[in-house]
Amino acid sequence: MLKQTPLHAVHRAAGARMVDFGGWDMPVHYGSQIDEHHAVRNDAGMFDVSHMRVADLTGAGARDFLRYALANNVDKLKAPGRALYSCLLRPEGTVLDDLIVYFLREDLFRLVVNAGTADKDIAWLRGLLAERASKLVLTPRTDLAMIAVQGPNARTKLWQALPGSEAASAALKPFSAAGIPGATGEVFIARTGYTGEDGFEVMLPAGQAPDLWHSLAAAGVRPAGLGARDTLRLEAGMNLYGQDMDESVTPLESGLAWTVDLASARDFVGKAALETLKPARQLIGLLLTDAGGVLRAHQKVRTAVGEGEITSGTFSPTLGRSIALARLPAEVATGDVVRVAIRERELCARVVKPPFARNGKALVT
Amino acid sequence: MNVPEQLRYTASHEWVRQESDGTVSVGITDHAQSALGDLVYIELPAVGRTVAAGEACAVVESVKAASDLYAPLAGEVVAVNDALPGAPEQANQDAYAAWFFRLEPSEPGAIAKLLDAAAYAASIGDA
Repeated sequence: MLKQTPLHAVHRAAGARMVDFGGWDMPVHYGSQIDEHHAVRNDAGMFDVSHMRVADLTGAGARDFLRYALANNVDKLKAPGRALYSCLLRPEGTVLDDLIVYFLREDLFRLVVNAGTADKDIAWLRGLLAERASKLVLTPRTDLAMIAVQGPNARTKLWQALPGSEAASAALKPFSAAGIPGATGEVFIARTGYTGEDGFEVMLPAGQAPDLWHSLAAAGVRPAGLGARDTLRLEAGMNLYGQDMDESVTPLESGLAWTVDLASARDFVGKAALETLKPARQLIGLLLTDAGGVLRAHQKVRTAVGEGEITSGTFSPTLGRSIALARLPAEVATGDVVRVAIRERELCARVVKPPFARNGKALVT
Repeated sequence: MNVPEQLRYTASHEWVRQESDGTVSVGITDHAQSALGDLVYIELPAVGRTVAAGEACAVVESVKAASDLYAPLAGEVVAVNDALPGAPEQANQDAYAAWFFRLEPSEPGAIAKLLDAAAYAASIGDA
């Protein structure tokens, strides 16, 4: 039996094509995933991301624990409401998951982790807490739903749709969040997303999600499924956990060295392993320059210095061409031409540095 | 799901139309285009190629996935729809107008062995 979000009936009623995504029955599109993609790049779209897991870490010393548990450094979070992207690592330096952490108060941090890894992550973090005999409490917030409203017009359309949201969020900088004071129940607005566009992720009591969804639709926000979410994040050069990285690779081989703070004196899980590692591989972008198909995960890539493999590939609606993330030998450089095996042929692709497109614009040609 | 009465079908979601000159036109069904989603790449067989029934002879790729199109009957490819690779979305918009190729069947009348509309509709749970 697949799990259902609080918006499941709304998706069904809208005629969405549903798929099993990590054990959840989720909309892949509502008609055309390419049209939904363009709506987000050019106007505003919304995604039901209630399958992702919100978990609140409460108690004295929460920051100190996260300093140890996360690869990125929560000391970068100085003002309440600020958010940080980080990997959760195993001691051997490989990636357990990626997440966003919000600093709300010194005794309250909010984590948002991936759906398919949520149970594993919660168990892992509780294990670390137990090891340290910590009194901190980690509470999964399965009472909350989450709607991502994304696109250049997403913010103004959310303000139309949700009373009190403009006053609460108009001053928010990217990667920061705030609650709506006096809202019925707990409504939390974060200026974050997974599309390479401006917008918000709204967390709110599950029972209020259908009303907000309908109000957003009335304000002109187009429902978009996981199909468009995948092409948008890939254009934006963002990794998908389980596809571009997992417990077999380190963040240094996954384009995420910028999120690993090896410079500070603090110790964190995985640090010792990463300090001695010289990565032999890198995660980098490919742009298909030959006609003859679409780049896809698991296609083999031949380079002048060895072989690699595509981890995510698709047709980019913004570029009108096929793009991919690929794990290639570390010596491969931007601008190199490589060969990708597609069916019985080898097609040429150019190595590019992601992102491919953000903020409505193509960034590679 | 749209399953026109006058066409024949395969279990692998091709539609087949008998033309007046003895050839058959082949495309993908409305059910197939809907399942694949937005099409972005189509590869057609070479004119003159001889194909066996069930042989993979064209490729359709959507944003989501790549898929083969199989020859519904043995025969020779006598024409291809050259407009289609440049506008694969035509197969989403009107699956039964967007023909892929025409076959000269090696066995006349072989089309009668394919699924009729009722049988195909039943096979996709749409009877």
